[in-house]
Amino acid sequence: MLSIKGLTVKFPSRFGDFTAIEDVHMTIKPGEIHGLVGESGAGKSTVGAAVIGLLQSPGYVAGGTISLGETDLQSLTFAQAHELRGDRISMIFQDPQTSLNPLMTIEDQLIETIQAHSDVSEATARKQAVDLLEEIGIQDASARIKAYPHQFSGGMRQRVVIALAICTDPDLIIADEPTTALDVAVQSQVLDLIQRLAQERQIAFMLITHDIGVIAQVADRVTVMRNGHVMESGETAQVLGTPKNAYTISLIDAVPPLDRKIDRFHVPKEDGIASAQGNMAERWLLEGQRHDLTGLSVENLTVAFEGPRTSLFCKPPTYVALNDVSLNIKPGSIMGLVGESGSGKSTLAKVITGLVTPQKGVMNLGGAALPAGKSRSRHHLSRQLVQMVFQDPYSSLNSRHRVGDILAETLWFYGFIKDPTERKNMAASMLSLVGMPPDAITKYPHQFSGGQRQRIAVARALLARPRFLICDEPTSALDVSIQAEILNLLKDLQAKFGLTILFISHNLAVVRQMADDTAVLRNGKIEEVNNTEALYENPQHEYTKSLLAQTPVMPPSWGA
Amino acid sequence: MVYFILKRIVQSVFVMAAVAFLAFSLFRFVGDPVTQMTGVETSVEDQERLRDELGLNDPFVYQFVRFTHEMVLGDFGFSYRTRQPVANMIADRIPATLELGVVALIISLMVGVPAGVYTALNSRGVMTQTILMTTLVGVSIPTFVIGIMLIFIFGVQLGWLPTFGRGGTVHIGNWQSSLFTIDGWRALLLPAITLGVYQLTLTMRLVRAEMMEVMRSDYIRFGMARGVPMRSLYYKHALKNTLVPVITIVGLQFGGVIAFSIVTESVFQWPGLGLLFLESIRFVDIPVMGVYLVVIAFFFVLVNLVVDLLYVAIDPRLRIRDVHDGLPEKI
Repeated sequence: MLSIKGLTVKFPSRFGDFTAIEDVHMTIKPGEIHGLVGESGAGKSTVGAAVIGLLQSPGYVAGGTISLGETDLQSLTFAQAHELRGDRISMIFQDPQTSLNPLMTIEDQLIETIQAHSDVSEATARKQAVDLLEEIGIQDASARIKAYPHQFSGGMRQRVVIALAICTDPDLIIADEPTTALDVAVQSQVLDLIQRLAQERQIAFMLITHDIGVIAQVADRVTVMRNGHVMESGETAQVLGTPKNAYTISLIDAVPPLDRKIDRFHVPKEDGIASAQGNMAERWLLEGQRHDLTGLSVENLTVAFEGPRTSLFCKPPTYVALNDVSLNIKPGSIMGLVGESGSGKSTLAKVITGLVTPQKGVMNLGGAALPAGKSRSRHHLSRQLVQMVFQDPYSSLNSRHRVGDILAETLWFYGFIKDPTERKNMAASMLSLVGMPPDAITKYPHQFSGGQRQRIAVARALLARPRFLICDEPTSALDVSIQAEILNLLKDLQAKFGLTILFISHNLAVVRQMADDTAVLRNGKIEEVNNTEALYENPQHEYTKSLLAQTPVMPPSWGA
Repeated sequence: MVYFILKRIVQSVFVMAAVAFLAFSLFRFVGDPVTQMTGVETSVEDQERLRDELGLNDPFVYQFVRFTHEMVLGDFGFSYRTRQPVANMIADRIPATLELGVVALIISLMVGVPAGVYTALNSRGVMTQTILMTTLVGVSIPTFVIGIMLIFIFGVQLGWLPTFGRGGTVHIGNWQSSLFTIDGWRALLLPAITLGVYQLTLTMRLVRAEMMEVMRSDYIRFGMARGVPMRSLYYKHALKNTLVPVITIVGLQFGGVIAFSIVTESVFQWPGLGLLFLESIRFVDIPVMGVYLVVIAFFFVLVNLVVDLLYVAIDPRLRIRDVHDGLPEKI
């Protein structure tokens, strides 16, 4: 039904035209879910935008044809194309938080969309809208429809987005990363819904995602893209099970499996971490190990925040972020901490680093008591021994400082090296230790890719000679192949320098590869702690089981 | 919601108290009130007696409390210059300034918002570039020059509009209004345009910047993707979202317009608060200056309160109370 032939999209710029996608072929039949997978910059979203006619200015279609049924989408005027949008093609965006107008009720947005494409009265449109919401799994829809978007949770909001996309009964829906911003449980519900709609209403879906697990679970056919070119295309089982293209193979290799532990990820080109220039930093780190392997234990930690004030006379309700959490991280081990958003993972990291003061509980670092929150002095040893790697490498490095200054500051701050030139040398050496060219010290953070920035962030943490590292979702902002490189790097560093790591992630597959022990956190309570292999092979708690069951994976029979 | 408003009101009371203190200090420490009031021939004993009668020998705190108390009751004291109650003088002048300010605000919004929307939607058009250039020139020229130029063109050369005063006014109770006669409007037009030009430019540029930002947002793109009519997308979805930040700035600016209409009023000899203030400075009429300070601060506080309430009216995310009255916050 949708047929794309030889599609090329170009973005004019001062330095000539930039070709975003070239010679893309694709067909999608009614009721088919067609996965479009690739890493960032592959041009997946550009394909979707070209089909629906909403290419970001100044991009334009330089060649090829897109036709939906008998209609040639290229020949339409703007008005005709706009008429067709919603009516025959619609779209679902990635982030349900931002894709609904915050100032209009769900009802107004639905009725407006329905009335834009069919000549029905407001009452009829409202009835259709309520029926649709019920069908999509929103209970008590006739009352809920009066609510504003912010009154829905993330998953419910994505359902509303889907309702808006299908309320005009389109033939084709372009779903651009529809579950990336959602937790696994919600993700699996939304994917089920998409599958159901494809079957029952015969809607064709173009499912754009970077997550191969999602594709494996729901897509009938898949197209793999890289740098604007189609690498491979075909039945999902065939493409993912027996990939022929070298890129597809390496992409699938980089995906951490959920069902087994592998020692290292296969990464096409990997710079060994022990280059000659890194020797200096390596020796320096090893000689700095005055402290033995440093474990950490927390007991009965409770953290509660004040909620929004609702009344003048009562105290604002408290929101319990951590509820009586006890955790023991063995010296020199990696503790994985998994949980959905809002489960308190990051709060625990903040308590350990002293940024949040718990109401109750004690902490113990390497055999010595660790003061909580503000009672920890500025010069407390733990402020050097405990370091953090943050999730978003784009905001965790000061964009106005050179990389060399960012790194040398740590050395200066802890008083490790007095001489500025030596500090620079050590920073350069540390960069090569984490697999970066040493000349990076003269550049600014924005000159690097996300993966490179995360390496810089790791280097910064190491320059404090830490014994305990907290990695808060260190790879969730990165592509899978980059993720594989960073995870390899962290593993190597951990083994070499005997670091103890608290590894926080919502991605269960990643944690299985990294952690010796794993703790499952939910609503501020630890549901289960165990040796990682035991926990994954034989989960005791219902919640752990459901998390594992809902994580989208490739069926083992495809044997990647 | 109620809590929010109460909190803002309490904050406002503190602001007003601080301003009252400033005004009082002006009274108390800028020159000696007794020497201001009496001539050279008044004997030292008489001066001392006056000082005692006026309570100027009482402790400082006691004087301040009395001052504030009288202010709250509406007793603003007497002007040194005219010997009239300050309250009456201010009340006479407020209508002129308020009418001027409000009309200037309306002009700036009626032109600024549509121009902002137009320049945002046609961001590369020739018309847009022209408007942006002209308004840039508009803000770069000082207010008094604009006023004088307008007087020169429309008042002197073309002779269409009067160049000073309020023209024909009508009394409605104690309110002297120029909004009900043609003559009054003719007199109001030039000063209002002069006062509104800066605000107009600011509103336009702000609306333009916000609108362009909103047009790039996901919910507008999603609206495009599901074929919501463009007219509705522009004026219903985008414009309303644009207004949230615009209201803050416009509100703050309105306080400024009232406070700093001094220059415009002086160019057009507009008998408003600003002109009164200028005259008071010339004659070191400290009671009037002090009260002017308090009145202007009161305007600022009031406008800010209104802005906060408008916020809540526009943005449902701020209506926390509603959520708890009806639906649970999250489901």
